[in-house]
Amino acid sequence: MEEKQTKRTLLDVRDLSVSFSMYDRGLQKKDLEVLHRLSLRVDEGEILAVVGSSGSGKSILAHAVMGILPGNARVEGEILYRGERLDRKRQEALRGKEIALIPQSVDYLDPLMRVDAQVIGTRGTREAQEAAFDRFHLKKDVGRMYPFQLSGGMARRVLICTAVMEEARLIVADEPTPGLDAEMAMETLQDLRKLADGGCGVLLITHDIDLAFHVADRIAVFYAGTTVESAPVADFLAGKEALRHPYSRAFIDALPQNDFRPIDGVQPYAGSLPEGCLFAGRCPQRSAACAGDIPLRKIRDGEVRCIHAT
Amino acid sequence: MTRLRYIAGETLRMLTLLAAVSILSFVLVSASPIDPLTAYIGSNSTLSQEAKDEIVAHWGLADPPVERFMAWAGNFLKGDWGTSIAFKKPVKTVIQERFSYSVVLMLIAWILSGVLGFLAGIFAAVKKGTWIDKTIKTFCLALQSAPTFWVGLLALSLFAVQLGWFPIGLAAPMGKLAADVTLGDRIHHLILPSLTLGVLGIGKITLYTRQKLIEIMASDHILFAKARGESTRQLVCRHGLRNIALPAVTVQFASFSELFGGIALAESVFSCPGIGSALTTAGLSGDVPLLLGIAVFSAIFVFAGNLIADILYGLLDPRIKEGWMNG
Repeated sequence: MEEKQTKRTLLDVRDLSVSFSMYDRGLQKKDLEVLHRLSLRVDEGEILAVVGSSGSGKSILAHAVMGILPGNARVEGEILYRGERLDRKRQEALRGKEIALIPQSVDYLDPLMRVDAQVIGTRGTREAQEAAFDRFHLKKDVGRMYPFQLSGGMARRVLICTAVMEEARLIVADEPTPGLDAEMAMETLQDLRKLADGGCGVLLITHDIDLAFHVADRIAVFYAGTTVESAPVADFLAGKEALRHPYSRAFIDALPQNDFRPIDGVQPYAGSLPEGCLFAGRCPQRSAACAGDIPLRKIRDGEVRCIHAT
Repeated sequence: MTRLRYIAGETLRMLTLLAAVSILSFVLVSASPIDPLTAYIGSNSTLSQEAKDEIVAHWGLADPPVERFMAWAGNFLKGDWGTSIAFKKPVKTVIQERFSYSVVLMLIAWILSGVLGFLAGIFAAVKKGTWIDKTIKTFCLALQSAPTFWVGLLALSLFAVQLGWFPIGLAAPMGKLAADVTLGDRIHHLILPSLTLGVLGIGKITLYTRQKLIEIMASDHILFAKARGESTRQLVCRHGLRNIALPAVTVQFASFSELFGGIALAESVFSCPGIGSALTTAGLSGDVPLLLGIAVFSAIFVFAGNLIADILYGLLDPRIKEGWMNG
């Protein structure tokens, strides 16, 4: 752990908010805030897992980092890459080279292009593609296939191959495991682990906290468009007492291997986020101050957005 | 195996379609006020009633409709398509002569509309939302809604009458012997009609290509290609074109029906001796054998277009092709 902290920070997301303007009833425009003051950090050689329920906007985070949000998205806050602002121009220059995305599904491959040509892309070489296939145990003839012919596991590995074609330093993996059996999912995550051990920073976006336990160095808990807490995996494994935010504790409690006790209530909807703490509505510790500004605090080895946290 | 079964199935569909088209045409013609006898002898004929009755008996006009249809269909299958009243020639010969002229016209119009429409559609989609896109869209909608004969008349009055660049009609200069007509003459006469016909087809293919490309450009695989550092140009050329080419070609082949409909009007406006004007003549002069012949022929033509589109899809789309090979 100590050794890792001396490593340089690759990605530093500070108070990132992303909202979409869309039409509500009739012609009324409405801002839908999907990410709300989200902060996180990815260092070289580590895997940060962003864990949250499905459909809560985690992919938007990946797209915001890559700079591929749709035109109606408004972004506030800062994304720093190696200490410098990652603006549109830098995103365009770096994506595909230093920053690579491993997308969610095989739908992210051109259905009418052979796999090898897609892995090679616009800048890669045949040698690099073959080496990547070797590395991830893909047979040579997989390259001659079209995406619809790939099995779930092959598609996953093909997508990972695209990320290692060039010397990517930061890899954003968006839900790389759904649709894989447990063994295959573990193998995929081990592949990511290998990349991290080779010096890459990996931002792993997932809904599967069990898998994250196995490979991540730190976990950030995603709730209602923000990260309520990021902490070393050891704290999550140690049990809820080691955690800082009431939601992370409840989250741990809700796991089948623990108490399997669900939390009352539902996450606030992106269109109607409350003022102050986003979890206040379901929190047993809520007080009047929770409606105010909730700063990000450093507590022990982690960060938390809760005024009661200790 | 699957492919063979597919082609067999399509052929069967074609045969049932042809049967349906011929029955329907026959019923329509029988129900129409056209009297083949009057069409043949003229309304001011001095022929005696006996002579008329003899013709009616010879042609079997008094027979029940089903019997008449079976007689016609039987002969048709044997290759005897009847004799055109208006042209005094076998229907088959008329269709052959006229179609060999029209096919050139249609081919030029078809390629013109396909190429220009495809390019304009791509251009509009890439520039989506800008004034260029809006201009192209408006232009296409206007063309889509404009009647063929009206566009033809406009083209005639502007390019042939006002500017005098092109002849007013016909397939060759008037008063020139057929032997003296040069290829240049023919091309000169073909330009306006094919332009008119082509321009009318552009709207559809442009709007379709534009819509399809916009759809593709919003898909996940384009997003991923973008995340891998591809520029807009690369996105369009590497992935966009690949994904829209096939549907665009299909639409173009499926547009044979509009082409055939358009040619009937365009050829009348430009007095071209093609199958379209033959159809108009047949209709106006009550030439039943020719009408039926052209109806069946056009059904074959349109069906062929659709069949080619289907088969091309199977040959070119890897998702279907590999399925055929594995299946």
